[in-house]
Amino acid sequence: MDAVDGNAIGGLLVDVFGGEMTLAGSICGTCGARRPVAELVVYRRAPGTVVCCRTCGSVLMVFVKARGVTCVDLSGLASLGQPERL
Amino acid sequence: MSPVTRGFRHLRRAPAGQEDRVPPGQYLTDGFPVLSAGPTPHTPLEEWTFSITQGGQTRKSWTWQELRALPAETVTVDIHCVTRWSKLDTVWQGVSVDTLLDQVEHDAPYVMAFCDGGYTTNLPIGDITGGQAWVAFDYGGAPLEPEHGGPARLLVPHLYFWKSAKWVRGLDLRDHNDPGFWETYGNHIYGDPWREQRYEGD
Amino acid sequence: MAGTALRGRLTWQTAAVTAVTRETASVVTIGLNPPDWPGHQAGQHLEVRLTADDGYQAEREYSIASAPGELVEITVERLEGGEVSPYLTEDLRAGDELELRGPIAQYFVWEPGDGGPLMLVAGGSGVVPLRSILRHRLRTGSDAQARLLYSARTLPDVIYRDELDRGHDGVQVSYTLTRGQPPGWTGHTGRINQALLAEVAWPAETNPLAYICGPTSFVETAAAGLVGLGYPPERVKTERFGATGGH
Repeated sequence: MDAVDGNAIGGLLVDVFGGEMTLAGSICGTCGARRPVAELVVYRRAPGTVVCCRTCGSVLMVFVKARGVTCVDLSGLASLGQPERL
Repeated sequence: MSPVTRGFRHLRRAPAGQEDRVPPGQYLTDGFPVLSAGPTPHTPLEEWTFSITQGGQTRKSWTWQELRALPAETVTVDIHCVTRWSKLDTVWQGVSVDTLLDQVEHDAPYVMAFCDGGYTTNLPIGDITGGQAWVAFDYGGAPLEPEHGGPARLLVPHLYFWKSAKWVRGLDLRDHNDPGFWETYGNHIYGDPWREQRYEGD
Repeated sequence: MAGTALRGRLTWQTAAVTAVTRETASVVTIGLNPPDWPGHQAGQHLEVRLTADDGYQAEREYSIASAPGELVEITVERLEGGEVSPYLTEDLRAGDELELRGPIAQYFVWEPGDGGPLMLVAGGSGVVPLRSILRHRLRTGSDAQARLLYSARTLPDVIYRDELDRGHDGVQVSYTLTRGQPPGWTGHTGRINQALLAEVAWPAETNPLAYICGPTSFVETAAAGLVGLGYPPERVKTERFGATGGH
């Protein structure tokens, strides 16, 4: 429907993490799937941005920006790594 | 301070004479944008139920057939999304939440609407009764499409549209105004578009 | 000490619009002259921010259409009912200014050192980052072989057609038109599927590197198709637009 991937939120990730994160490795806290952030499922244009595991659909990250402050929930991730060249 | 971009206006504001129908900060759209926090659920109608729950118990439940057998209303309402688009004169058909809650004795002050896909949103009882809310299954004269929340969504037009929960499956009666999904992340706990209550602290 | 602001890729800057060139009925290429551009890699994005006179702002990311070393260009498709793309494709003109920042996003990037053969698959305006990659390949004199499979609705919807047909030596370009074909059309027709990919894509034994960009459902079909032909998933890079085609 409205799903894109982590490539589409490069700017948001720069705002939140301070740098390039589309290449960062993610590990899903529910099913253990490993993917670069660029390959995760991204739902935008809701009140916020929701990033889900492409394997099991679990919510990995939620971003809501209000009045210049972005609220970040990363509790669905087991880990989020340094950008790495694949 | 960003420079103003020459000639950039956003989506149109209200037509002349209808300014009082568009809340502050909103813009009109002709389309019906699809905004989702997850994939579109698909519960087969033969498995679908709508329930009033409380404290882990189901107080009352309706199958799809039972819901459709209840008296339904056609309403024309304006809807306002927190992402700033508003749509005037949208036509819906659904069962009033009063009809559903009237069948359960309770004195709960709040509900948490719950949905396929895990989405939740919280509402005061006073905002979903008295003819202010519906479980809607038709939009624009046709069955509500899955991407817009079909088979049925909650419709609470006097609040920002994230409170009109898509793929709604029931209302959990609550003693406290616990925040739902977006409210947890900083969306306003109530969400009145006329007071621009988009985010916590507004 | 109040020194120079830290300029560069992460800060917003105001760029002059040097040109707005119409590519198709709904697509324009916008030439930009950011004063402090740090350079970019082929396939990266930049982000544009528009400010209305009441202070309202809208931000959008776009693939950079030009190669590293060339003037910065983005190619934008007008989306029906969009908030930003109708302005960029119909109102913006040379001499205007746009706030931008970049480059952003390093996943969907190709460098000559990554080698080939390259299998590039474009759906609609998904061709934009792939054109950056092809230009970079040309400008660096890379000997990586490349094929482009480009799905568009009709021939007039094909972006960069002259350049793709004539401008890239050694690149095999195939088109598939999904909504209508000109008389005498000898190219492919219909939506992309595994059979078309089997016909057009580098065989898996050549160890190709694939880049697929376009609407989400297009990308899913193409990616599944290439993986089904034996491409290792880690050598299939994907970039999905929304269903309607923009970022």
